Amino acid sequence: MSEPAPRAPRPPARAWLSSGSDRVFQVLILALAAIIVLVFVLSVYQLGRESWPALRTFGWQFFTERTWNPVAGKFGAATMLAGTLVTSLAALVISVPLAVASALFVAEYAPKWLANPVGYLIELLAAVPSVVYGLWALFVIAPLLGRWQTAYFLDPANVPTLTRCNELWAQGQTSLQCFFVPSGAGGRGLALAIIILTVMILPYTASVARDVIRLVPQDQREAMYALGATKWEVVSRAILPYARAGILGGVILALGRALGETLAVAMVIGDSQEILKSLWGNASTMASVIANQFGDAQEALHRSSVVALGLSLFALSVAVNLVARLIIARLTPKGIQ
Amino acid sequence: MRAAAAHPARRAPRLSLARRMKNLLMGALILLATGLVVAPLILIFGYLLREGLGALNLEFFTRTPAPEGEAGGGLLNAIIGSLTMLLMASVVGVLVGVAGGVFLAEYPRHPLMPTIRLISDVLAGIPAIVMGLVAYGLIVLRFGFSGLAGALALGFLMIPIVVRTTEEVLKLVPLSVREAGLSLGLPQWVVILRVVLPAAAGGIVTGVMLALARVAGEAAPLLFTAFGNSSVNFDPTRPMSALPLEIYRGATSAYDENQRMAKAGALLLISLIFLTSLLARRFSRRK
Repeated sequence: MSEPAPRAPRPPARAWLSSGSDRVFQVLILALAAIIVLVFVLSVYQLGRESWPALRTFGWQFFTERTWNPVAGKFGAATMLAGTLVTSLAALVISVPLAVASALFVAEYAPKWLANPVGYLIELLAAVPSVVYGLWALFVIAPLLGRWQTAYFLDPANVPTLTRCNELWAQGQTSLQCFFVPSGAGGRGLALAIIILTVMILPYTASVARDVIRLVPQDQREAMYALGATKWEVVSRAILPYARAGILGGVILALGRALGETLAVAMVIGDSQEILKSLWGNASTMASVIANQFGDAQEALHRSSVVALGLSLFALSVAVNLVARLIIARLTPKGIQ
Repeated sequence: MRAAAAHPARRAPRLSLARRMKNLLMGALILLATGLVVAPLILIFGYLLREGLGALNLEFFTRTPAPEGEAGGGLLNAIIGSLTMLLMASVVGVLVGVAGGVFLAEYPRHPLMPTIRLISDVLAGIPAIVMGLVAYGLIVLRFGFSGLAGALALGFLMIPIVVRTTEEVLKLVPLSVREAGLSLGLPQWVVILRVVLPAAAGGIVTGVMLALARVAGEAAPLLFTAFGNSSVNFDPTRPMSALPLEIYRGATSAYDENQRMAKAGALLLISLIFLTSLLARRFSRRK
């Protein structure tokens, strides 16, 4: 690292000429910037106040109880919590190799004339609105999955499996094998939500990965090439290990996106508060329940429980983002920031 | 890249077949994966073009929605609602966002700087639907559903994006420019307003456009703030429609005609967003 740049001494003439107006300007800017803090504090206050009745009534059991029954006035968030985590983590697992591969393509493999347009297309993927993803999933992917499910149901060879799994599901249980058996949701459900979430978070991981890969010093590559390494050997032994922590930061940032993603998921997941009995069955996430139920929630406790979901989502996102920033900040060379 | 190709003749004999095959295979997989990543974008755009282009006629831009299930009508209410709310959101987003960026970049040694930077980062990760809940509690509970509540939620969502891009472009303005201004005896605030900000204007505009493109597609925070309105409404204190809201309602509707309207709306929205991102990119490159 180079020596710290010498700081220019403050021009003495400035002090008496302008200290008054500078002070005013600084206070003004600070006041406007403080609105950022205000927004955060107001959000915490607002969500906390409105979810207080639910949290007081159910306590910590709010997060472990599986029943969510507005008619009976019982609210537990366990199934949505599970739905949120399962969809987000599954989408993350599928998207990471794809995202890293596309980042490698743009940063290392593609010629310049191709790298720029492809990089731009990946950025556009992040600009597609959630509702549009939802619309596409609903009209294009869901029928495809539905057709495959129907074919599975109609095949006589699958009847014994289906019968056994149906019995199991009727008892509120599931097994690993039955988890992958269609449960008759007509294309919508957990799997479709995972597919669409995967597509939606891809660009976030990809763009962070691309930036980190570009930060890998050129010497690192050249040293390996000089030893006679192939391109893939350079990528897998000199580039990816160096960029690993940065990519991890991007992955966690994408996780934050996935947790809060709302409408695309709400449109396709089927919104049911059952346990996750099948990958192809209906489920719900915290965000999808907020979108689908908040407008209709008449009972005070119901409404408060929905806001409590929002507060949990808020806390989860803040935590995930802080971790991601921490990882990214630790990587950034000190001189740059 | 160059280094590998420099002496192919000397390198070749040392490479075993297995290593070469692996190299080729991984290259092919990476190409395939990139294709898979880009495919949805092309498929979505193609699908919307095929299904929605026919409905993007004059009526679409000049009429309000027909009654549920009936043919005809347009999304004028949503277009005007979206524009109005984005305009109002920009007031909040740009004012607070640019001020925040200026604060972070120009007063880096202020004791409050780390706090504001951290909270701005954290704000960037808050799900849009949660911002909807917040705006609901702040405004709708007291004054009812309104375009203003929706615009506030969108404005809050814009802030962190504008802060980050503003801070980044301000840091690109060379220190010597500031020093030149200060050495003329200008107060710091004059230097910031008249020298630094104009020098960074292109980048800031890019940031604002990206933020607008981002929130223009948000329907979740509008569900229970702006709520939607089937007629044209300029009054920000009353419910207001927006393109993403109409797309959501249409896509989840059982009627073919509403679905068709949603697809046309989606095509319009996605085209506008792509155009904005494209312009923003152009803009930032030109400077």
